[in-house]
Amino acid sequence: MDAIEQTPGAAGRPLTLYGERVASRLLLGTAQYPSPQVLADAVAAAEAGIVTVSLRREAARGGTGQRFFELIGSWRESRGVRVLPNTAGCRTAREAITTAEMARELFDTAWVKLEVIANDDTLQPDLFGLVEAAGELIKRGFKVFPYTTEDLGAAERLMRAGCEVLMPWGAPIGTGRGLANPYALSTMRNYFPGVPLIVDAGIGAPSHAAHAMELGFDAVLLNTAVAKAGDPVAMAAAFAGAVRAGRTAFEAGLMEKRDMAEPSTPVAGTPFFDLGS
Amino acid sequence: MKPADETMMRPAALELVVNGERRSIAVGTLQEALGVLGYGDVKVATALNGVFVAANRRAETELATGDRIEIVAPRQGG
Repeated sequence: MDAIEQTPGAAGRPLTLYGERVASRLLLGTAQYPSPQVLADAVAAAEAGIVTVSLRREAARGGTGQRFFELIGSWRESRGVRVLPNTAGCRTAREAITTAEMARELFDTAWVKLEVIANDDTLQPDLFGLVEAAGELIKRGFKVFPYTTEDLGAAERLMRAGCEVLMPWGAPIGTGRGLANPYALSTMRNYFPGVPLIVDAGIGAPSHAAHAMELGFDAVLLNTAVAKAGDPVAMAAAFAGAVRAGRTAFEAGLMEKRDMAEPSTPVAGTPFFDLGS
Repeated sequence: MKPADETMMRPAALELVVNGERRSIAVGTLQEALGVLGYGDVKVATALNGVFVAANRRAETELATGDRIEIVAPRQGG
């Protein structure tokens, strides 16, 4: 318990990422929404303080990128929403480094959600490429948010490289399966009590987000569960509530689990109770 | 037939790969290529042969046949 109480966000302490105070513990992806308006309404309903964004090839005379850039700029001005550019789709450290450099110039932020993907079927992080890219990017002045697994050895190498935040997966990207390995995630939480940890990917339902928060994770990052909901705006609000509930529960201190039943109503004074019978 | 000396004045067309597509354009620098290709007024970031080229370096970045150029812009992401 001592270790958990030292976590950066414990007991009402605000979440701080690379020295920046972040009001919301829900990070939201911006992809796959039915329209820009639904996306904007979902970001507002989620009360997201950070949104993830990306880079893609632009068509000549294209205005797609500019329109999206103006949209996220309006959130920044009205509500202080920060952007966290990703390196989604990168297969090597070299690709990820170049993508991060391009993102830093376009979005004017040193923050980067570093993804180096090992395998198209699982979208599993390539931990070797991830550590390599993180080290190089930190030397170049980036603030790296690595999308990683719950592997403790990789986590230590990422931190030795200079990462101040880790983003372990809940389950593979887009699966919506929730926390596939809560034991390992819980171990990671306890092993790194002072490091901001954000569960990223695999969150499919508000209960999954609440679960991660109850385990003591500092925040969650999700996209598809909101974007592909029947009503993305309502689902964004549901996630905001779940993240708040899970965090409050963690700070309140969950009861210990027991193997055997124990009556919650006092036994003493039970009518008809006769020890002698 | 145009006089030979007029043809010689024009820069030779370079065979480039722009965002994965083959293009043949007569330009000298990355900055010129962006203009010719229609990105003059578009907010983009660039890479040449897999290496980032900052906006303020494009005008001095000379191109050669076979170069691969990436031109990207902000998009929605997870």
